[in-house]
Amino acid sequence: MAPSKEQLISKLRQDMLRWEGFRPPLPGAGHNLGLGPIAAAFPGSVFPTGAIHEFISSSPEDTAASGGFIVGLVQKLLNNGGACLWVSYTRRIYPPALKLFGVDPDRVIFVDVPLQKDLLWVTEEALKCEGVAALICETQSLNFTESQRLQLAVEKSQVTGFILRKDVKKANTTACMTRWQIRTVRSQLRTGMPGVGHPRWQVELLKVRNGKPGSWTVEWKKQSFQTVIIPQTIQPSRRYA
Amino acid sequence: MPKRFASIWFRHLLTDQKAIRQPGLKGKAYVFAEPDHGRMLVTALNEEAYQFGVTEGMTVADARVIAPDLLVFDGKPGRNLKLLTGLAEWCLRYTPLVQLDPPDGLLLDITGCTHLKGGEPAYLREIASRLKTAGYDVRMAIADTIGAAWGMARCASSGLIVPEGTHRNALMPLPPSALRLPIDILLKLQNLGLHQISSFIYMPNAVLRRRFGKNMVLRLQQALGQEVEYLFPIKEPLPYSERLECLEPISTRPVIEIALHRLLEKLGKRLYGEGLGVRSAMLTWYRMDGKNGNITIGTNHASNRKEHLFKLFFSKLDTIAPGLGIELFVLDALKTEATTDKQSELWSAKGGTDNEEVAELLDRLAGRIGAVHIHRYLPGEHYWPERTPKRDTDLKKAPASEWRTDKPRPMQLLDRPEPIEAMALTPDYPPRMFIWRGEQHIVVAADGPERIEREWWLEPGEHRDYYIAEDEAGRRYWLFRSGHYSASNQQHWYLHGFFA
Repeated sequence: MAPSKEQLISKLRQDMLRWEGFRPPLPGAGHNLGLGPIAAAFPGSVFPTGAIHEFISSSPEDTAASGGFIVGLVQKLLNNGGACLWVSYTRRIYPPALKLFGVDPDRVIFVDVPLQKDLLWVTEEALKCEGVAALICETQSLNFTESQRLQLAVEKSQVTGFILRKDVKKANTTACMTRWQIRTVRSQLRTGMPGVGHPRWQVELLKVRNGKPGSWTVEWKKQSFQTVIIPQTIQPSRRYA
Repeated sequence: MPKRFASIWFRHLLTDQKAIRQPGLKGKAYVFAEPDHGRMLVTALNEEAYQFGVTEGMTVADARVIAPDLLVFDGKPGRNLKLLTGLAEWCLRYTPLVQLDPPDGLLLDITGCTHLKGGEPAYLREIASRLKTAGYDVRMAIADTIGAAWGMARCASSGLIVPEGTHRNALMPLPPSALRLPIDILLKLQNLGLHQISSFIYMPNAVLRRRFGKNMVLRLQQALGQEVEYLFPIKEPLPYSERLECLEPISTRPVIEIALHRLLEKLGKRLYGEGLGVRSAMLTWYRMDGKNGNITIGTNHASNRKEHLFKLFFSKLDTIAPGLGIELFVLDALKTEATTDKQSELWSAKGGTDNEEVAELLDRLAGRIGAVHIHRYLPGEHYWPERTPKRDTDLKKAPASEWRTDKPRPMQLLDRPEPIEAMALTPDYPPRMFIWRGEQHIVVAADGPERIEREWWLEPGEHRDYYIAEDEAGRRYWLFRSGHYSASNQQHWYLHGFFA
């Protein structure tokens, strides 16, 4: 019996992904990063490891939020072993905070590059190393050629790279797998409770290769991501602590 | 294997060096002079000056009378030692054990080295001729003992290579000055008519000791090999060291790389056999013209893998300046450690931070950006936020205590807190509004205060009351008030970090 039209199309889609260099995840490996509904945006509904993810932020507050989101993802990546490198030129990350997002700060190797021109060299060299599970690179600029080099490096070594771009004025085209923008949004506690709640972000997936971009409100609660559906009602003003 | 020693005597060390520097001086009589008790004394002279009858210790005024065209240069005390050290380092290409023999000589332990140059005569000829080509007037002798070699080099006219076991006979016709004796004893021997060693060598030691002191007997016995004498080399030979002598001087990059490969292979094989790995290694090269240099590498974990060590050296090979050519490479393992058992790591496909691949990666990074810029953080036992993470460069060290999770900490922390203008309704309440970098933030939710006391045993200052403040846009800040609230102290609010 000839396959139906839908089957043909879905098979063709799968083939196209493969031709474009996208490798389906190996069975058995823990690729569920706990993203919940966000994972549906990716090809095959699996967060692409072994790829470069770009996070753009325009203010230090957003950089902190992006940092929190990345560390939350890295937590799961490190479960399979391997090292985590944090490469930066001017770093403000506060290591004890990593623990709150599930990563032991002593497992992360911080590389503070003294010269900015060495930053991408260090990043590329680290991305080529198969013993590295995840790499976070804080940088400002990343042009298309540079991102292509990084993406090619990880396609071979299957390292997951996170490029955290700070103070981006104008986002240029890059060869990264995804582009994210994380913004802080107001946290929420139960009605009537004073104080600040769990970290809450507006996660925007601006670009994703072969996937569907989207926007979600995510809260970091009980060491995992929780997608929040905000009711469309006007919130009563909270009592001031 | 019987020991063999060589002694090199530079007859006119300082003046020869001057002539090498200024070739125009050749054929002229010149001396070095140093001030002594208000007059100038000759401290070093060349052959031409010697022929005029000038001697060491003569005043310059007297010397000028004998030799009217005499050139006088200012001598610097300690210059000869500096020159000798340079020459001794040059000699390291012939033997690893070289000792300075002030004021004007070198001592070499050449046991087991001469066959590399085709026997003792060829060995001696090569060193002597190369020093002579450079411009030094040298005399060199080889014997079984340091004392005999020293005496032969200075006093013998022929038979500079004393065959094994015959040094006693060789010493017989030499004058007593071949025994490294002080001048007063030499005078005494002279006065007694003992012009040759053979004339007192048969005297009982007790007699010699009584008349000339025990030092004289010691020197005699050392020369005869009856008393042990040790050489104190300028460079301690390392247990793991490989040498590569080049047939022809090397000056191109590919050949240097081949040489390095060979050295690493030899060293790696040896270390592997003993279960050791390199933590720090140095490659030294010796150039034709007597200059040398080195490059050092360090690793994070003991490694004897040739490819990895080569990569580390590779990034620094640019600093080698071969000049006219390099004739000897020496690779020293400065620090070795037992390698970890690799089998155990095979089972866990990916290790932690002490994974071998990662350690090799970090070595490469350290070679480029410096090891001080790569570090980890361990929990420091401090409440003060700046001191809570403690820097460490060791990748294997396990944290001594747990990271605290009971208090929220910001994702980003400013190196130094930035002053803000804040307005709080009541003294100990969180601010209602604050202005940071000209932007106003209305605080809609806040937590705190969390008071953190200054660690007074480390530094003086005010305590801090920290608040977590969330503004209208949901941005979360870590603010603190320094010290207690007071009406007089206006500028005491700071922003210290950003929460995720």
